[in-house]
Amino acid sequence: MSLQIEMEQHRKALIVRLKGELDHHTAEIVKARMEEAIRREDSLHIILSLKDLTFMDSSGLGVILGRYKQIIAKGGRMVVCDIQPEIYRLFEMSGLFKIVVLESNERSALSSLGVAL
Amino acid sequence: MSYNNFMKLQFASRSENEAFARITVAAFVSQLDPTLNELTDIKTVISEAVTNAIIHGYENEAEGLITISARIEDDTVHITIEDQGSGIQDIEQAIQPLFTSKPELERSGMGFTIMENFMDNMEITTRLGEGTIVRMSKRIESKKALYN
Repeated sequence: MSLQIEMEQHRKALIVRLKGELDHHTAEIVKARMEEAIRREDSLHIILSLKDLTFMDSSGLGVILGRYKQIIAKGGRMVVCDIQPEIYRLFEMSGLFKIVVLESNERSALSSLGVAL
Repeated sequence: MSYNNFMKLQFASRSENEAFARITVAAFVSQLDPTLNELTDIKTVISEAVTNAIIHGYENEAEGLITISARIEDDTVHITIEDQGSGIQDIEQAIQPLFTSKPELERSGMGFTIMENFMDNMEITTRLGEGTIVRMSKRIESKKALYN
């Protein structure tokens, strides 16, 4: 049970695709990889694409909140898209949708940020 | 007709075992034919309690012992997660949503809130320097009809 991270820069948005299970064990890797990418690339916004994320717990919420703070400090925004129903419940319960915008797919996420081609 | 079954699992306090623990307990609970949501709830709370034991109970020392027991009684699963770690100083504070004793580790502080929400009951027994036991139970809806 591991986690794969795929990243793609799309103009000023960094698309991060998480596949597998995001828990305390895998959150550390996500944190390190995303932190580095946000610093290195000139990313203003983050799109978290979660179509293939099959499990997430509060450690996942922690790492997402951490990246949210990081991107907000740079004046950017965070959008979450393609979310599975089980993970939607966790987001809703924890109040994450109060700060993070939800879109149905990557294309609508990009348009909502105004960086679509 | 009544149905009883139980299991016990012991493993080292390593983060690699978080997935192992939740998948094993989910496999055990599967005999109650839970819905996908119920199974996700169980996996999530196991993950939360085991993560707490590793990070807070054993302060990330990989030599600690974590014990999970699960008991099925008719349509209800009772789960205990136990560690012999440092214990919780202030339970009232620990269960507050968003409270974390380790903000530097990017903890969301939602662990106990998730356990309380996803299970029907949750109880914490803790002693400083001796360890923590979290007891939770959940009635599996799909089985209700059989036992009502």
